[in-house]
This record gives sequence, C-alpha cells and structure tokens, in this order.
Amino acid sequence: MNRYTLAVLVRNQFGVLNRLTSMFRRRQFNISSITASETESAEFSRITFSFDGEEEGKVQLVNQLYKLPDVCSIKELTNENSLSCELMLIKLKNDPAAREEIHSAAEAFKAETIDYSRDSIVLRLIGNGTKMDDFISLMKDFTILEICRTGTASIEKGSSILRQNLNL
Amino acid sequence: MKLSGADIIVRTLIEQGCETVFGYPGGQILNVYDSLYKYQNEITHILTAHEQGAAHAADGYARTTGKVGVVISTSGPGATNLVTGIATAYLDSIPMVAICGNVPTTQIGSDSFQEIDITGVTLPITKHNYFVGEVEDLADTIREAFVLAKSGRPGPVLIDVPKDVQIATCEYEPKPPAEKEKSHAAKDMRIEEAAKLINSSKRPFIYFGGGLITADAQEEMLALAEKIDAPVGCSLMGLSAIPTDNPRFLGMQGMHGHYASSMAMHNADCIISLGVRFNDRVTGNRQKFATGAKIIHIDVDGSELCKTVNAACGLRGDVKLTLQKLLPLLDEDKKPEWSAKVADFLKDEERFTANREGLTPRNAILTLNKYLGENTAVCTDVGQHQMWSAQNLTFRTSRRFVSSGGLGTMGFGTGAAIGAAFGTKERSVLVTGDGSFGMTLQELATAVTYNVPIVILIMNNGVLGMVRQWQTLFYDKHYSNTVLNRKTDFVGIAKAFGADGMAATNLDELEDALEKAFSYNGTFVIDCLIDKDEFVLPMLPPGGSMDDIMTELEAVK
Repeated sequence: MNRYTLAVLVRNQFGVLNRLTSMFRRRQFNISSITASETESAEFSRITFSFDGEEEGKVQLVNQLYKLPDVCSIKELTNENSLSCELMLIKLKNDPAAREEIHSAAEAFKAETIDYSRDSIVLRLIGNGTKMDDFISLMKDFTILEICRTGTASIEKGSSILRQNLNL
Repeated sequence: MKLSGADIIVRTLIEQGCETVFGYPGGQILNVYDSLYKYQNEITHILTAHEQGAAHAADGYARTTGKVGVVISTSGPGATNLVTGIATAYLDSIPMVAICGNVPTTQIGSDSFQEIDITGVTLPITKHNYFVGEVEDLADTIREAFVLAKSGRPGPVLIDVPKDVQIATCEYEPKPPAEKEKSHAAKDMRIEEAAKLINSSKRPFIYFGGGLITADAQEEMLALAEKIDAPVGCSLMGLSAIPTDNPRFLGMQGMHGHYASSMAMHNADCIISLGVRFNDRVTGNRQKFATGAKIIHIDVDGSELCKTVNAACGLRGDVKLTLQKLLPLLDEDKKPEWSAKVADFLKDEERFTANREGLTPRNAILTLNKYLGENTAVCTDVGQHQMWSAQNLTFRTSRRFVSSGGLGTMGFGTGAAIGAAFGTKERSVLVTGDGSFGMTLQELATAVTYNVPIVILIMNNGVLGMVRQWQTLFYDKHYSNTVLNRKTDFVGIAKAFGADGMAATNLDELEDALEKAFSYNGTFVIDCLIDKDEFVLPMLPPGGSMDDIMTELEAVK
C-alpha cells in the first residue's frame, strides 16, 4: 500500500465532487482526506484527494477520472515535487493536572491556543499529516474531546501550475 | 425566435438529425410530448409498451445506423425503467441520448410524486449526465450531449429536464448538427514501436472488437491482415464487422468462441488488438492468457490499455487513423508455417463441431442463415441462443449483429429488434430464448402497432439453458430454479398481440415457418422446440485457460 495525493482541477458545477468520489468508490479506494474549494477562477474548483492503494489501481483511477467531462486537469503530487499542509483543531479537556503538559506539547508543536475555558482548551495546529498524527498520539495521554482536520492542501513546487495541462 | 423549453428540446433533436425517437409519455414530460405532436411531420416518435423497451429500441437503432439513439421518458418510474437500457448501452459503448422529465425545480428534493434523482441513479452508467435547471442552457446542453455520446468511445448521456424548464421560454437559434470531436492517431513513437514488434513476429494474430466497427476501420484491418499474413478473430462485439466468409476470419473468441480462433490467439507470439477491452469472458484466467504473446493494443480509450492485460505496446488513438499510419511501416511477409498451423486448428475445429442431424440449435441457425438478406439485422437476447447465434450466423454487412455483450441483458432483444428494423428500414430478426423472451415480450404490442416486420425465432428448451449448463457442469446438476415448466403458448401469445406465429418441432417445420415468416407482412413468432440439454460448446470454464477447453458433448456431461 502506498499513499497517493492527486490534485484535480474540475469544472465548478454542482455534483462534480460526487462524480469524482463515485469513481473512487467504483474502484474501491478509500479516500483518507479530501479538500475542495473554488479557485482564482469561479469556473474551476480544485480538489485534492489523498488515498492509500496500489500503483496499478491508481493508474486506472487516474485514467478513469480523466474521462469525466468535468475533469480539466489531474496531477499526482509527491513529497518531492510538492508542498502540503493541513490544519487541525483539537479540543481537549482542561484538567488542572494536565494543563502544564498540554501547554508545553503545544509549544513544541507550535500549536496555537484559540479558545480557553474552565473545562476545555482548543488548539490550532498547522503542518503536514505526520505532524498531526504525532500530536494526536501525544494528546491521547489526556482527554481529547473532539478533533477536526481539514485534509491535505497540496501545491506543486516551482512555477508549474495545474491549469497548464487543461483537458477541456 | 422565442420557444418553450419543450419546443427547444424537440427542435434541437430535429436539428441534430434525429428522425426517429423512442419513448413513453407521462406527467412530467407532457410538454415535450405536446411538442412532438406539433412537430410530428419532422420527427417520428415510437411509443413502446415499457420504457426499458424504448431504451433497447434506441440502442438497436444506434447499433444498426451508427447514429445517436434517442429515448424519452417521464420522471420517477419512467426514468428508472430506462436504467437497464442505459447500462446496456454503456457497457457496449453505444451512442445514446436519454431525455427524462422531472418535477418542477421548486419541488426538486422534496420527494414529490414521481420524483427521483435520476442523474444520481445513472451516474455510474452514463458517460455523462446533466440536470438542466435553466431553459437558456437547454439547447446547448442537448448539443453537448450529442457530441459526447458519439465522440471518442461512444456511450449514453442522460439529460434530466424539470417540467418548469420545459414550460419556460427563451430565444432559440437553430444550429447545424454537432460534429464529433476530431479523433487522432496514436503517437508516432508508439506506432513505430508497434511496427517493430509486428515485423519481428512470426505468429501474429489480429483480434478486433466493437471499437473496430465504431472506428469504421475494417478496410485498414483487412489490409493489415493481408500484409503480414495473419489470421483474424473477434470478440462478440466485433461480429458482423467483416463478412463471415473472409478466409482469414476464424470467428469469435472467448469462453464460447471458435476453437481455431481461440487456439490461434493462444499460440500467437503477437496479438494485435483493435478496439477491444479483454473482458474476462475472452481471457479466462488472465495469468494463463496468451502467455507467449506480446500484446499490441490500439484503443481510442486510453484507460483500456493495460486495464486487464498488460500490453507490450499500448496505443491510445483512433483505430482507423492509427492503422493508416502503421501500415506503411510494416514489412510484407508470408508466414507459411503459421498458416499451416492455423489450418490444423481449423481441421481440429471441424472434428469438434457436432454435426448432428435434426433440430439442433446449430442446424436451426444454419437454416435461418438461408433466409437472411444482405442487410438483415439479427438481434439476440442473452444465453445459449446468443452464443449459438454468434457461432453460426453468417454476416455480410457491418452493424448487422445486435447483441448485449457487456451487460448481458436478458430481455434486450425484442426492443432492440424493433429499433433495428427502424434503423435498417428492413425486416429484422430476433433470435431469443424462452427465458429472455419472457422478460420483455410485451413489446410485441409495439411491433404490431407499428407493423414492424420482425422474425422472432424462440429457441425454446423450457429451461434457462445457460444457467442450466453451468449447473450441469459445476453445481452437481442441481437444477435450482432453471426448469421453467411454464405452460406458455408462444404462438398463442403472438396471435393474442395481433402478430402471427408457428411452432417448429423439426427442421422441415422450421423451414416452413421461416418461409412464411420472411414473407409475412408484420411480426412473426416461431416457437422452435429444442432439447433442454443442448450445450454451448466449446466452453472455456470460467477462470480457466485454453488447456481446460471443453469441446465434446459427451466428455462434459
């Protein structure tokens, strides 16, 4: 199993996300993270998928995605050719006994406290997926109330852009 | 000029060159039917007994003409009844446009009467689909749908139109029929690679499918076969592309393919495959499939290359244009050794073919062959009769074998035969089974209403023969729910619908019945009684390879 990240530029129309995720479902890929948003042009949306799978299946998936009329461009992003980043909000129980340790862990991970009450602390963390996973594992020593992650946003290094190879 | 959405739909269909459409009216498509009434001198609508029949008819029309088949239905159950027909067209890459009515936009999402999310339902079985929320988008959406349906690898496209969009008005400007997207040959580098492989091959085999018919590349394919002295075989979908009597043609491949054709492919060192997708029914066990061969795969759909089998050279491009560029790079060559080997396979096949006397399935089809005109379309349903037809029918003209290959839709035939008769403007033939025919025989009503000349040959064995064959071979003869034991009188049914028919219990009676059927003005049903334990042979057991091929009746029983 390998982890893959695909950046897909699509026509910004309702149902387009459904068309793409439906293709993942048909190929039996479980999407581990997904981000979708409008781009600099209202005409296009950019969707970033992360998923685990085998090379052969991934090639098929990309080929099938390319056949969707709404798909304009696809690029596979790797650690070498791209920059990725994710945002996480984590809500912890504000236990006086644990407060100190949470605080120093947060400092080490450059997590920001964005809400503080008698019973809870909300931290905001930005970074790559591994950093998130490490921080969560550390926080498991305390009481995690809730976690919300945005999924990976990825962009290619250098001047190359997704719109360069439009498949319109 | 300002027109209603409904008028725009019909005018755009006319503009795109539609002469005949199939469908069934209902509440949410009433406005379109009102427009069809208005424009009835320019476009003919054929009312079927069931929307599934309409979809299959549009499919049969598309397969025989190469044009886009059009089917119209109402919302909800009308739309869901199209699903099997759309899926059938999708799996066989048939150009089709389906237009459904839906509840007004104000009611969408409220589970109102006969509302269904048909774009959601048909997402995985269409090339693309549209929900048209604004009347201004209607004409261009239909035009785009036609382009999509027929371009590249064809397929069905669905357009969902809420009722208020059919009522709303806007400016309409007629446009010329939309052209297909321009197709391209594969990359030169790949073509050169393929040429190298072919030139070094000693035992080449050409294997084509439905994609060859779509690309209209028969001439180029035959030129290739001639130049490199190769035998030729095809998938079920490739049948009728070239005349059956072409001396290089060994027939269909696969699970029930011709022995010589399968053996030639199995023993080839280079398989030049054109517009095929190496379905499991063709390859059997993929690990053991043609292990000694380098596969050259040319297809307009790049996703088919290396999908199921690994090609030594995959060429994404139009089959016709690619072959035109490939041909000049090939050395003219005679391969007497390989030809002799193929001739031996053919001799073996002759030995295996059971030439029994009497009303055997093979003899029934061979008798039918005598009555087929050059332009007669032969449709089938799905099961044993389909394979007997594929193995034994004689074809002279392309697009004259109409069969559900990918989805394997029992009940496809009756609607398809109606569509084929409209498409060819000639009498069509349906070879079916008692099981398949029982699924959609209500379309006899359509055939009779429009006085469609169809000869329906039911290979009636009183069982679900293909399933029974598997039960005999792999399920200890537990004939679970395959013995029909029905008391259906098919000739009586034909007459009740207003058609005519005859039963045939021996070859002489079959000759008489066919004689009458092919001169009858209208639909004629022949109830041809065959033995319930007739087998389709040869048979490659599922997941097996050529080493496991079953050829003799006694050996498998």
